Amino acid sequence: MSTPLISFENLSVSFAGEQGRVRAVQQVSFSLQPGQTLGIVGESGCGKSVTALSLMGLLPAQASRIDGGAIRFEGEDLLQLKPKRMADLRGNALAMIFQEPMSALNPVLTLGEQLCEPLIRHRGVTPKAAWQQATQLISDVGLGRAESLMRCYPHQLSGGMLQRIMIAMAISCQPKLLIADEPTTALDVTVQAQILQLLRERARAQQMALMLITHDLGVIAQMAEQVVVMYAGRVVEQGPTADVLRQPLHPYTRGLIASRPVPGERRRRLWSIPGQVPDLAALPAGCAFADRCDRVSARCRSAVPPLIGDVRRAACFHSERAEAQP
Amino acid sequence: MNHDYVIEVDGLKKYFPIRDGLFGQETGQLRAVDDVSFRIRRGSIFGLVGESGSGKTTVGRTLLGLYEQTAGHILWQGQDLQQLTARQRQALRPKMQLVFQDPYSALNPRIRVGDAIGEAMLQHKLCSRAELRDKVLQVMTICGLAAQHYDRFPHEFSGGQRQRIGIARALILNPDFIVADEPISALDVSIQAQIINLFSDLRDDHGVTFLFISHDLGVVEHLCDDVAVMYLGQLVETASRDRLFSQPLHPYTQALLAAVPTLQPQQKPSQIVQGDIPDPSNPPPGCRFSSRCPLATAQCRSEAPRLRQVAEGHQVACHKVMSA
Repeated sequence: MSTPLISFENLSVSFAGEQGRVRAVQQVSFSLQPGQTLGIVGESGCGKSVTALSLMGLLPAQASRIDGGAIRFEGEDLLQLKPKRMADLRGNALAMIFQEPMSALNPVLTLGEQLCEPLIRHRGVTPKAAWQQATQLISDVGLGRAESLMRCYPHQLSGGMLQRIMIAMAISCQPKLLIADEPTTALDVTVQAQILQLLRERARAQQMALMLITHDLGVIAQMAEQVVVMYAGRVVEQGPTADVLRQPLHPYTRGLIASRPVPGERRRRLWSIPGQVPDLAALPAGCAFADRCDRVSARCRSAVPPLIGDVRRAACFHSERAEAQP
Repeated sequence: MNHDYVIEVDGLKKYFPIRDGLFGQETGQLRAVDDVSFRIRRGSIFGLVGESGSGKTTVGRTLLGLYEQTAGHILWQGQDLQQLTARQRQALRPKMQLVFQDPYSALNPRIRVGDAIGEAMLQHKLCSRAELRDKVLQVMTICGLAAQHYDRFPHEFSGGQRQRIGIARALILNPDFIVADEPISALDVSIQAQIINLFSDLRDDHGVTFLFISHDLGVVEHLCDDVAVMYLGQLVETASRDRLFSQPLHPYTQALLAAVPTLQPQQKPSQIVQGDIPDPSNPPPGCRFSSRCPLATAQCRSEAPRLRQVAEGHQVACHKVMSA
């Protein structure tokens, strides 16, 4: 394997909460190769968005604290960078799109003005050239009438069109990494399919790595080569998507897969994971999944299982590793 | 009373006025529901599927009398709801209940959960205060809530538990019919299955009939007995669940099914329908799906197809579908 584009090394992030520190992300380690698509899957509060925001340097400065670790981008630790250097990277080599395109765009600027801004800021092109490039970008993301859209305001477009504009803006400076945080959650299913196809096409055309954050295992299955499963702030499983979905090692991953209705298998009772996600301000001493797990033992309650393995990793004392290997 | 259908909807229309200008003149009509007919079998779960803006929520709310219909008939166990007196309607209210999409905004944060569940019983004078606590605890058990939850406030519960509270509030009135409007889309994946299982138990063990409104075809296939697909205020296809998922006929139904991400890795959707749902206040002429349909012809753009039967219990509104 070549040097990774991005590697998270034992990243821990916490927030100030009313009942003490909320440990949103703990000891998160994984890496992403150039041009690779990696999915991060987990439920609300599992730390997937915080992981992405810390990479982009977008954590709220007052409330959050990096408790340790490093995020290396081509060898350089992003957490140690001066704000100016980070600002040069953000929107340039590292880009991000969000769940709600409507709230991510400025409502009082035209789409053209917003699309030109990163080109002028990062690429130093003239406003006139930026306008031309931005018009081309709108066509590249599959929207017609590019000229007239450049003069439109965000409220004049549908959610699906705005998400295309967000993608156009994000890819305008040829980023090496695009983070997409629940990019299709607010969209209808037919539009979701369009946006996923567009992301796949652009990632391939520009040899861009894609970090796709979602709660939907179906989206991961369609898009990602590698998947990282997070639970209560930690990575609990990682591996090639096809392998993880076929033979999950961690009981949580297994539960997530089993609780999805399977087309064709009707009237079967769905498996449901009992209980609920623990409070991040009062995490148990051992494995955070212990209270909901059907394989729990005394050891699970006293120690946090380490994430072990090579190509496939899982953080469970009772993982199905033995059965997974021939 | 012995009717096979709890609800029969015939030619239902609901138009909303579009107001504009300084004095709020009516400048047009939004045809949120435009000539919709279907029947819901007793003890079944009827799935109503569509994307945002298709009018599925409006159908549910009109059925419950929360909106007054513009035209058409709603029959409740054979009785036309419009012909009932105010008092008769009031008496029917407990029989038809609604479970909301967002369990966070549907509960009053300052009312204890047990009281919130029991409130409607007192409102409809269905039991005395003395009996109330027992009744509430009974229904809480059915919904998977513990007795010690009775005196807690909504903020102490997770999303899945709040949705159970919402279901318990509907269930305590012993309804025949529940409209569940996107009841699981605000919930985390690991919790969704608990609520889906609860719905199928309520149908199988308590004989409750549901209108299950959803955009999630995976859940609809799992849970529903009959399914109607809605697009821009009209039904484009209705069939039993087995037929709809094995032989979808309408191009929109096919596109919806193809767009659902499955767990088969890297299996790319074969046909992705282009474009967005058009503005419901200005739908395309002819077939409303014609602006996005890969099969559309000149006839589709000028002449609206009617919903017609193509096989027993399978209706579709498309010029391109041949009768079987």
